[in-house]
Amino acid sequence: MSASPRITVYVPRDATALALGADAVAQAIAETAQRRGIEVAVVRNGSRGMFWLEPLVEVATAQGRVAYGPVAAADVAGLFEADFLHGGAHALRLGAVEELPWFRQQQRLCFARAGVIDPLSVEDYLAHGGYRGLRNALAMSGTDVVQAVTDSGLRGRGGAAFPTGIKWKTVLDAPAEVDSPTPDPRSRSSKYIVCNADEGDSGTFSDRMLMEGDPLCLIEGMTIAGVAVGARQGYIYLRSEYPHAHRALEAAIANAYEAGYLGANLLGSGKRFDLEVRLGAGAYICGEETSLLDSLEGKRGQVRFKPPLPAIKGLFGRPTVINNVISFASVPIILDRGAQFYRDYGIGRSRGTLPIQLAGNLKRTGLVEKAFGVTLRELLYDVGGGSYSGRPIRAVQVGGPLGAYLPESQFDTALDYEAFASVGAMLGHGGIVAFDDTVDMLDQARYAMEFCAVESCGKCTPCRIGSTRGVEVIDRIRANVDRAANLALLDDLCQTMRHGSLCALGGLTPDPVVSALKHFSEDFAGR
Amino acid sequence: MAATPLPLNPPSRRSADLAPEQARAVAAALDAHRDAPGALLPILHAVQDRLGYVPPETLASIADALNLTRAEVYGVVTFYPHFRRTPPGRRVMQLCRAEACQALGARALEAHAKRTLGIDFHQTTADGAITLEPVYCLGNCGCGPSLLVGRDELHARVTPEAFDALVAAARTAL
Ligand SMILES: Cc1cc2nc3c(=O)[nH]c(=O)nc-3n(C[C@H](O)[C@H](O)[C@H](O)COP(=O)(O)O)c2cc1C
Ligand code: FES
Repeated sequence: MSASPRITVYVPRDATALALGADAVAQAIAETAQRRGIEVAVVRNGSRGMFWLEPLVEVATAQGRVAYGPVAAADVAGLFEADFLHGGAHALRLGAVEELPWFRQQQRLCFARAGVIDPLSVEDYLAHGGYRGLRNALAMSGTDVVQAVTDSGLRGRGGAAFPTGIKWKTVLDAPAEVDSPTPDPRSRSSKYIVCNADEGDSGTFSDRMLMEGDPLCLIEGMTIAGVAVGARQGYIYLRSEYPHAHRALEAAIANAYEAGYLGANLLGSGKRFDLEVRLGAGAYICGEETSLLDSLEGKRGQVRFKPPLPAIKGLFGRPTVINNVISFASVPIILDRGAQFYRDYGIGRSRGTLPIQLAGNLKRTGLVEKAFGVTLRELLYDVGGGSYSGRPIRAVQVGGPLGAYLPESQFDTALDYEAFASVGAMLGHGGIVAFDDTVDMLDQARYAMEFCAVESCGKCTPCRIGSTRGVEVIDRIRANVDRAANLALLDDLCQTMRHGSLCALGGLTPDPVVSALKHFSEDFAGR
Repeated sequence: MAATPLPLNPPSRRSADLAPEQARAVAAALDAHRDAPGALLPILHAVQDRLGYVPPETLASIADALNLTRAEVYGVVTFYPHFRRTPPGRRVMQLCRAEACQALGARALEAHAKRTLGIDFHQTTADGAITLEPVYCLGNCGCGPSLLVGRDELHARVTPEAFDALVAAARTAL
């Protein structure tokens, strides 16, 4: 008689799953299995994105993967009793994740592998379609790769929604040697690929989940960019608040080097691409691309004047592709399945899918990837299940701290860059933060100004000083001092910040403030 | 005859006494990163990871190694909230203040934390046990309020009671 085969159990290593106790669950499973003499391999996967079910444990059975959740360490003994290792019945048994309604209604392109595979294993990545995009790209000319990205309709997922292919084309066409001396003689590449993994927006975590759940997808996307535009060096600028993503990236990069997917001879093509992670240091402004580049160069992260664009004169003065994590991670599937495949998702000029983050006061928070076009209302109620507190949803902030607050009357807006712009809002990085009716919108407006004051890089006056004045004016409105005059002053200040700031930090801080004033004026009426 | 280039930093300032542990931390950071392009942030991270902060006395040697002025290095250290210039308490607690956590009660939690610890943000309790820092999003926005204890111990749905328990645990663990 042969020993029973090892059973694979998946317990997420995702930061939110860890915060909800995943490590203790993984440990309890390993220990109980050992005590019972059962051979179990615990794989630490990414999250499937359903936070109310985390820690979500999956078991690979003969009938496919069976999920249980939310599992606490105290549930583990009972799960063994119920023979969960063979899919046994239990109150926490959910069945196959792919069959859960919340999961099924998604179109997972970017996040197809996240939560499914061992994120650090090149072998697992390859077994799930990984590196087919790079293989194709290596057989194409740079121009053709860039054309495919352009044709896919992909727009930058970091917030500004600039067409990715056009950016890459500029770098491709830029002469490799810029005549100006580089500020750092140690600069070792003539062009650079930089990933913006600063993800500072409240309500967003898709970059984090991708880096923890499928880091090789980001690595492949950046490698394709390097091959396409002729850059040999890449940097991932990661915020220091993401220690778990940092660990996952470092391990995945080391494994990619070992397997020949990074380094001097990509897949035997003779082409080189090196990749390194650099940590930020707690400054929100370093998510702005030119601040980020200065920070990477070892300086204070202050915004640069544009032009020149980073695509012409970026890191160390060299032509640089700088894109968000999700932008890069969308590229492998475009090169694998073709531009048309990707383009067929979405509406209008918003093509493809968006990993949407449901956050704040919602019952079912997490990550849902869907084609553009779904409405905010569907996301809040059908997908998100309404508020967590059970009270009515009063306001929703989309697109991070610089995004507008939307009232119920705007919940039918479709997720589409242009549709959001037309109601004075911004889709940004796809974070959706719901507030119930206990929210005080004057507090929210004040916080927007305060955040800008804390995070301003200090280079331009409207942002640096205007935000501090904004806090003071709002405090006077709250205190009922010269209400009418101060409301007019606030409006004036917002105009000045919007039109006079050097970058979108000062330029967009008025959006949450003005939208709060416009749609929730009763909160500014004095008490 | 070529003139000797003036040193960027006056030697008197450069040789400020470093405690042996500080000298070792700086030497290790410089060894690991000084030849990398844009080496300053990685060096500062390495020093802080080892010492818990970036002692002002270390700036001159870092500046010299990178051929920068001390003022430039000082400017960088002070720009980034992550870098601290004084030693922290034995446990650093970073409490999220951002919107998604506000929607789940972060404002009340912040008030509770300051009141029960008897300190404001950026301060350390009198017993040296806990330093309280604000943080603007930890990427745990679906399950706030969020709190990061130490380097990587993340907590979700932190109630005031849960906060008190974490504080008590931190104090006894020390
Ligand atoms: C204040 C500010 C903060 C930003 N933060 C981020 C960020 O955290 N992550 C990001 O990808 N883009 C951020 N951006 C946008 C970047 O400047 C830039 O548009 C982006 O990196 C380009 O990549 P993409 O085209 O792939 O979106 C920020 C912009 C501003 C003005
Ligand atoms: S807003 Fe608190 S973790 Fe994101």
